[in-house]
Amino acid sequence: MEALEIFASASLWGAVLRIATPLIFGTLGALICERSGVLNLGIEGIMTLGAMVAWMTVYQGGDLWTGLIVAALCGGLFGLLHAMLTVPLGLSQHVTGLGITLFASSLTYYIYRLSLPVSSSPPTIEPFQPLAIPGLSDIPFVGEALFSQTAPTYLAIFACLATAYVLARTPLGLAVRMTGENPHAVEAQGLDPIRIRIGAIITGSAFMAVGGAFLTTATFNSFFPTMVQGRGWVCIALVVFASWRPGKALLGALLFALFDAYQLRLQHVVESAIPYQVFLMVPYVLSIVALIVMSRRAKVPQALMAPYRKGER
Amino acid sequence: MRLERRDQSSLALIVAAPVAAIIVSLTLSGGLIALAGANPFDAYFEMVKGAFGSRLSISETLTRTTPLVLTGLAAAVAFRAKLWNIGGEGQLYLGALVAAWLGHNIASVVPAPLAILVILLAGMVAGALLLLGPVLLRIRLGVDEVVTTLILNFIVLLFVSMMIEGPMKDPLAFGWPQSVSVDRDVLLPKLLARSRLHIGLLIAVAAAVLIWFVQTRTVFGLETKAAGLNRNAASFAGIALGKTMLGVACISGSLAGLAGAIEVTGLKGYVTLDLSPGYGYSGIVVAMLAGLNPLGVVITALFVAIVFVGADSMSRALGVPSFIADVIVSISLLTMLVCLLFTTYRVRR
Amino acid sequence: MTAEPVLELSNISKSFGNLVANDDISLSLARGELLALLGENGAGKTTLMNILFGHYTADSGEVRAFGNILPPGRPRAAIEAGIGMVHQHFTLAGNLTVLDNVIIGTESLSQLRSDRTGARDKLSALAEKFGLQVDPDALVGDLSVGEKQRVEILKALYRDAKVLILDEPTAVLTSIEAEQLFKTLRGMTETGLSVIFISHKLAEVMAASQRVVILRAGKVVAEKHTADTDRAELAELMVGRRVTRPVRTDQAPGREILSARAVDVVEDSRKTLDNISFAVHAGEVLGIIGVSGNGQASLGRLTCGLTGASSGTLMRDGDESRAFSPHALVEAGTGRIPEDRNAEGAVGEMAVWENAVLERIHDARFSKRGLVDRTACRTFTDELISRFDVRGAVPDTGTRLLSGGNMQKLILGRNLATSPNLIIANQPTRGLDEGAIAAVHSELLEARKNGAAILLISEDLDEVLALSDRVQAIFNGRLSEPIAATDADSKSVGLMMAGIWGDADAA
Repeated sequence: MEALEIFASASLWGAVLRIATPLIFGTLGALICERSGVLNLGIEGIMTLGAMVAWMTVYQGGDLWTGLIVAALCGGLFGLLHAMLTVPLGLSQHVTGLGITLFASSLTYYIYRLSLPVSSSPPTIEPFQPLAIPGLSDIPFVGEALFSQTAPTYLAIFACLATAYVLARTPLGLAVRMTGENPHAVEAQGLDPIRIRIGAIITGSAFMAVGGAFLTTATFNSFFPTMVQGRGWVCIALVVFASWRPGKALLGALLFALFDAYQLRLQHVVESAIPYQVFLMVPYVLSIVALIVMSRRAKVPQALMAPYRKGER
Repeated sequence: MRLERRDQSSLALIVAAPVAAIIVSLTLSGGLIALAGANPFDAYFEMVKGAFGSRLSISETLTRTTPLVLTGLAAAVAFRAKLWNIGGEGQLYLGALVAAWLGHNIASVVPAPLAILVILLAGMVAGALLLLGPVLLRIRLGVDEVVTTLILNFIVLLFVSMMIEGPMKDPLAFGWPQSVSVDRDVLLPKLLARSRLHIGLLIAVAAAVLIWFVQTRTVFGLETKAAGLNRNAASFAGIALGKTMLGVACISGSLAGLAGAIEVTGLKGYVTLDLSPGYGYSGIVVAMLAGLNPLGVVITALFVAIVFVGADSMSRALGVPSFIADVIVSISLLTMLVCLLFTTYRVRR
Repeated sequence: MTAEPVLELSNISKSFGNLVANDDISLSLARGELLALLGENGAGKTTLMNILFGHYTADSGEVRAFGNILPPGRPRAAIEAGIGMVHQHFTLAGNLTVLDNVIIGTESLSQLRSDRTGARDKLSALAEKFGLQVDPDALVGDLSVGEKQRVEILKALYRDAKVLILDEPTAVLTSIEAEQLFKTLRGMTETGLSVIFISHKLAEVMAASQRVVILRAGKVVAEKHTADTDRAELAELMVGRRVTRPVRTDQAPGREILSARAVDVVEDSRKTLDNISFAVHAGEVLGIIGVSGNGQASLGRLTCGLTGASSGTLMRDGDESRAFSPHALVEAGTGRIPEDRNAEGAVGEMAVWENAVLERIHDARFSKRGLVDRTACRTFTDELISRFDVRGAVPDTGTRLLSGGNMQKLILGRNLATSPNLIIANQPTRGLDEGAIAAVHSELLEARKNGAAILLISEDLDEVLALSDRVQAIFNGRLSEPIAATDADSKSVGLMMAGIWGDADAA
């Protein structure tokens, strides 16, 4: 297979959507937090936690969807922790976020190790299966490329559209956007920016955890430490790339996944001519490039990372 | 209920903050230990015994302290200037890789004491250069350095993996991904016979004192302090923010790079992918626990080392997963943040 | 006006740390009344209104609106009771549209869709009714200051405010815009609304209000019907003691110290200064008067060495080649007083001595070979504190703990201690009380007497007229021709501030 022929294979396009799913959830989560004015660097840890609890729920006999819901709840809980520290207390969002990541991931590993004895190969579960959509899935090429995904992938795309609608068209979305631009303006109009931020962070963190959960319930079928592999940080970069817009976030995640899926296949084409690590670096390098490209153009929420304290003089 | 700034934060509060943070963190973690079926008091006793119980364990704890002091300083220096260098882990690995390469190749050409100096300096330069990229991006283009330094950690680890499976692979390592070893002549002298403790500890402590001196007694220290606290006022006073930030980046990156170079020349002799159990990230906790004070870093690095070394032996004795060490350390970071807040704020109705 | 008051504050007290901002304040407002709350900076006016609106919680006392007690600390309750507030620092989001800024908080958060059409109609009707025209779909960031204020007023009216509170509403307006605003406010009171406006300007209080409550040091000191009082009485009540501002004496100017010829400045790809020319001479004060936001900040940055000219020439001591960096300026003997004390003048979290020496730390006097001579720095600071009467400070005090006036004295002192031959004073008395203003003025006039050239950039007409030998107005990034202070009065200068001058085609 030649380097360019890869683009003609339906499996590449199918993989793009699969690889993009956790990124879509993660980016969306980070975006919701940031639109309200709070950077959530807890994402990497929250995704790790989501991956583990979803897997554990299913492994203990729970339903796959129950797994996702439990992940979302745990993510929301850690979001609440991040929110309490950064919003009412106004602590540094950078350091708190990293602290949440360290805490969530170490707690995840601890609980995982506590629940299961050490073994050479991690135990597995039965993951989400591709959802056959009658008619669409049978179309040659397109069916395999677009309509043979697992249900959470479709959910991710729907979540993106829903978030875009809520932010742009509803009073709640306006309140979130306004809080990210000027919390004082929100307070002067009788809403509570602190509650709005807390709500946004909890929601965003739940999305992040579901993104992590996708890894164990659809992509892989087991949990192992460090499996999130910096995807959370990539999502933070994608938010900037998307200029804080849900639609562009979807696009960014897909583009990113395309590169990732392509490099995976390219590895097999060039075999050992180039060390495999070079290919693995591609996604990370890309996210830095994305940040550089968008550095001048991005429309940053004006109050991002500015703590708001009521009655502060 | 709201927070109000204190007019003055007393010394007692400043000292009490980390102590309170650690106590709260140990209490919370105690619950998790109990979850594993062990008595928390026994567990903490085992930890202390594991960290201090014998000559060997003391030397192990101090050996662990060494890189933590350096990565802690790297974070403390950077954070004080509001430079969010989260790339300590990557800088450490790059410093280690450069040290291993030089240690393998120059020992035969350069006399040993000089070679050691060259190796350590090269490790520092490597770390500094790695941080320079993200910092220049921030200064020139306003790219947030948190994400770039974080992502660079992954890139560097892949690079290290590539090198130790490729050009720098040790042919005698039975196929394990492991770099070539440094020459015996360039290994750091031991501090304590029949132990792994090496003079890196002294270098690290000296670095802490030096950084403290620079921060409190020099023009550069005063200028970076101003730049970190209030960018506008600093630039109004004529302080070149970009230059100051680059200076801070060089110091911060080279400290993390030095940590890597010292781990290789003092302890391991070669680079593997588990050279560091996250020293770069733990350094952030060390720095925060110390309230970014360079002398405090030495103490908090010791605390973190005790937790890690102690948890290993406690884990063996009581069957509590050794991940508890990371849990304790990360909780203490979060509780420390809260405690630090209350040294400058108080709650009012 | 015997009807029940629409608003009643009783025995409000509030302190911040050791500072008592409001001390047992009571006042009431009748329907259709236009009340002025007069007091100098720091008298507690804004704190009182923030308590009334629920931004702050009072330590004691209660607020009644239309007879009902307002729950403390809840802006929402104040809004629902029919109180609207226009803050001095606008609470608007620049990246959102006018309509967004107006409707936020008016709809239930669980609603699935904003009724933007209905909202737009209601907004247009209100704008029509009160003569507050503004495009609902414009981005707030693109509006002029006057338009932003209209949006703020519309926000309150949109929520059916019966009582409107305006905090220093004319601070950002030209005198023409201010007159227009008061006309609008009078129109509102005629329809039954009640208005409180906060001010420290005697002229507008006399001209616009029906009744005036005077606040001093956190207490109500008097309450007058405007018709029964005059400017002199109000001034005395407001300040409480006779503070006489120093008077400028005539003296002949010397050589040219700083000049600009046809200078343009571009910041963030926007032209902020447009073809400006001026010259300041030794022993002379050149006053640059203008309404906030017309390029003063940029002019301050230019002359303080923080931004460069994109075209034109800037000369120090008649020399074109001199560098305009903070260091070069300080070394050449320039005293620089920044526009915003807290943001630029000093680092609040550092000690007083550190701030005292920060901009000249490279002097051999304060450091050698990169090492700070802490003893010398502290000695210098001690001298500064006593010579310039910086109260409540020793060298190791945290600068944040100083009051505004004392911080300004510190900044002034560190600049004047070295006898500069040029002083850039950007809004040197903004936010200070009368005593501190007098102190700053006499220091500046003293420096003038000793031959310093002073570039005074200010929004305060009285200040500019009192201190300047010559006056230039700044409008929309352009400077008028200078006029001699003897030819300047508040009327002519007021027109210049609105961009109406000789050859100008602006306005």
